[in-house]
Amino acid sequence: MSMEKKQISQTFQDFSPSVLKPNNEEAIADIVKHCYKKNIPLEICGLGSKKNIGRNFQTQKTLDLSTYSGIIKYEPEELYIKVKSGTPIKEIKEALEKNNQQLAFEPTDFGLLFNGENNEGTIGGVLACNFAGPRRFKVGSARDHILGFKGVNGKGEIIKSGGTVVKNVTGYDLSKVITGSFGTLSVFTEVSIKVLPKPDLTKTLVIENPYLKKGLEYLNVALGSSSDPSGAVFYPEYFRDQFTFNDLTTEGPITAIRIEGSKLSIDERIEQLLNEININKNEISILDPAQSNIFWENTRCLSVFKNLKNNLLRVIVPASETFDLISKFKPYNIRYFIDWGGNLVWVQIDELNPNILSEIKSIVTNFGGYLTVIKTEESLKATIDIFTINAVKYKISEKIKKSFDPKRILNPGKMYTGI
Amino acid sequence: MTSLQMPKVDQSILSSKDKITSDLKKILNSNNILSQEDEIRPYETDALAAYKQKPLLVVLPETVKQVSEILKYCNENKIKVVPRGAGTGLSGGALPLADCVLLSMGKFNKILEIDYRNKCVVAQPCVTNLAITHAVQDNKFYYAPDPSSQIACSIGGNVAENSGGVHSLKYGATTNNLLGIQVVLMDGTITRFGGKTLDSEGYDLLGLMTGSEGLLGVITEVTVKILKSPQVAKAALIGFSTIEDSGRCVSEIIAKGIIPAGMEIMDKALTKATNDYSKAGYPVDAEAMMIVELDGTESEVSELIKRVEEIAKKNKCSSVKISKSNEERLKFWAGRKAAFPACGDLAPDYMCMDGSIPRGKLAEVLKEIQRLSKKYNLPVANAFHAGDGNLHPLIMFNANDPEQLKNTEEFGSEILKYCVKVGGALTGEHGVGIEKRELMCEAFNDTDIRQQINIKVALDPNSLLNPGKVYPILRKCAEEGRIHVHGEKTNFPDIPRF
Repeated sequence: MSMEKKQISQTFQDFSPSVLKPNNEEAIADIVKHCYKKNIPLEICGLGSKKNIGRNFQTQKTLDLSTYSGIIKYEPEELYIKVKSGTPIKEIKEALEKNNQQLAFEPTDFGLLFNGENNEGTIGGVLACNFAGPRRFKVGSARDHILGFKGVNGKGEIIKSGGTVVKNVTGYDLSKVITGSFGTLSVFTEVSIKVLPKPDLTKTLVIENPYLKKGLEYLNVALGSSSDPSGAVFYPEYFRDQFTFNDLTTEGPITAIRIEGSKLSIDERIEQLLNEININKNEISILDPAQSNIFWENTRCLSVFKNLKNNLLRVIVPASETFDLISKFKPYNIRYFIDWGGNLVWVQIDELNPNILSEIKSIVTNFGGYLTVIKTEESLKATIDIFTINAVKYKISEKIKKSFDPKRILNPGKMYTGI
Repeated sequence: MTSLQMPKVDQSILSSKDKITSDLKKILNSNNILSQEDEIRPYETDALAAYKQKPLLVVLPETVKQVSEILKYCNENKIKVVPRGAGTGLSGGALPLADCVLLSMGKFNKILEIDYRNKCVVAQPCVTNLAITHAVQDNKFYYAPDPSSQIACSIGGNVAENSGGVHSLKYGATTNNLLGIQVVLMDGTITRFGGKTLDSEGYDLLGLMTGSEGLLGVITEVTVKILKSPQVAKAALIGFSTIEDSGRCVSEIIAKGIIPAGMEIMDKALTKATNDYSKAGYPVDAEAMMIVELDGTESEVSELIKRVEEIAKKNKCSSVKISKSNEERLKFWAGRKAAFPACGDLAPDYMCMDGSIPRGKLAEVLKEIQRLSKKYNLPVANAFHAGDGNLHPLIMFNANDPEQLKNTEEFGSEILKYCVKVGGALTGEHGVGIEKRELMCEAFNDTDIRQQINIKVALDPNSLLNPGKVYPILRKCAEEGRIHVHGEKTNFPDIPRF
């Protein structure tokens, strides 16, 4: 306790290094305030796991939050954990594990994609980017699990919103707007996250099926089933050899559905799902809990794109459009897999240039969706728009940006030119 | 609060009523503009009925284009606009201003699309919450958030208030079940945030609009997620001889990894009142009564309900009854859902508070409420969404006695302040509105509030959309960028300052 008091009383003095590493909230505020006064743009980073996502932008200084780390309060029976923003996800997961709890939204791990090694980054980074894993369609994304935060806006002011209770409608829900803003509105300092019990067991139903269309239909039945699945993916045949499991006896593409719950209910629910999709038992494999965990962990970590040399797009469309979307993508020489029961398509594309990207974007937006360029060549990142946005929303976003960060010093241009 | 200050009335607007009416007739059919005293009276209050104010005019647009043109016209002519859905809000969010155009969305009452493939419903904002479930229940789907007023409250109002209900712990509030909205900003801009996709591109403006209490835009269309109904739901009715035991039982259920679909506690006063009213078969001698509902598959629910029963016994429950049929389960809930009318039988008036607290603080907070009840000499009954920590004390009083009304408001304020003190929130699901406006400084400091007002100003620079709500009135000075009130330099010493 006395240690923390001592830390808080320190103010940040030396602004000269290009990478500034504060270890308390006041110091973070001091740095931003200093940069606000002097018009110095700042890049905000944690462990750098998602540094490559977003537009290329140059800043004189980097605000490195990796040393601002630690669990502030964890109350398992209140279902929340309050942490400093630079706390590694790994550390949070370990603490939750001890109480058989979890971050239910399964943050996407981009480490394998970029560097061939897992790197889940920090909680601040996970919230700033709002990328959720396979359980998204059931439990929501990061934005649905943040209960409250403290942070520093672009003027160096410490602001807060929300709290540690699930239900709180006091004032605007700033937690939501800052989550997913890629550090362009405020720097998170403390965040309170909703945590949930881990299910007793997990099993995975894999259906033998050679067709994308049929696969999507199975996923659709699963999402509308009261057997309550928590994962639903389709991997085309070209990824089949990346999944070697004793229990995986089916050939061809993988249509996989995850069922979680108590020991007793799992088999009952798989049985029910099989009835609903009307399929024979000789056309399926069931992965046991250990193999299931590996399978879904691989999906969450985009293991099929480990050390990918090509470009990777994250495309989100209404599930009803996914089949037609993929048909339209065929001329572009792509590889893909489908997550979120048909609502998310990860697309590897060999060639990407501004023209191709704008063609692809128009396909996606015509289907009522949006995309994010996750990985591409550095040289291209300065010339293309990584995110989609329409003109009206851009104009509104510009105003929102100004209300938090009037001099555009926080991650300027990371999301959009001018924001 | 009884003498609540509202934004200054613009006399020039009042005197231009005829001109405004004739201008609006160019946008709307004249039948959809109400200006006569008797026509506008139904709009003078919402469900926070202690406050009444007739608006200048009421308009009932029928198209999004009309909404846009009305807002654009009002923006250009600096006329205040108060949007209104079904008028069931409990915090006065739809209370009119004397110089405002009240924008009733009442004619936007159709379900536009039921999309089972994408598991969503697209509806106009004045479709009721329950109508969405009714539209899809034949296919065994439902819309999860279920505020008590779901038979009457509008889905657009639910978005504006981020409404919850008894199932929020497991299924989330409105914000977690909303996929997209169409919204019209004060300058007339029509836009969409979200759609039928999961998450949306760029800033989460959908999340920002949800719960913004009609201050940032007018919602003209809503797309919500629908869920498949669980196969089985069972409920346990558990009595406890002390509040502490019930509180411990809640914590242990959660700590054991069980997330019930609903978990409600009522204190003795409310248990008795609701049982008398609805003959629900409640254990009326218990100091606290809990309803725990579990849903899922048959064997899962049976297994979990057994575990809940064991936990309840370990925490010294005085009685346990498990529903044997769906009818019995609904009967358990019938009493809880009749909590408000039951209180209506006990006193001429009641005021429903809406604080949020950490689940583990229930006993402490209820003790404080009992102490305050004695201090103010006003009876109180408590309902608690124990699953998500949302406490609804119902203070009973007689509104015809000005002293009692004043005491009720002070009593309510003290409860909410205590909720914040123990780590909770001023409002869990009813919104701030005018009711809790002056308490905002309990939850936020000056900088926090200024940041929020900056967002308001970014989207509505003249502060014309639902002004006087949510943020303390003196903030208006900062809002309009004219004066910043400091320390003692104010004419309103009784209003919280920053």
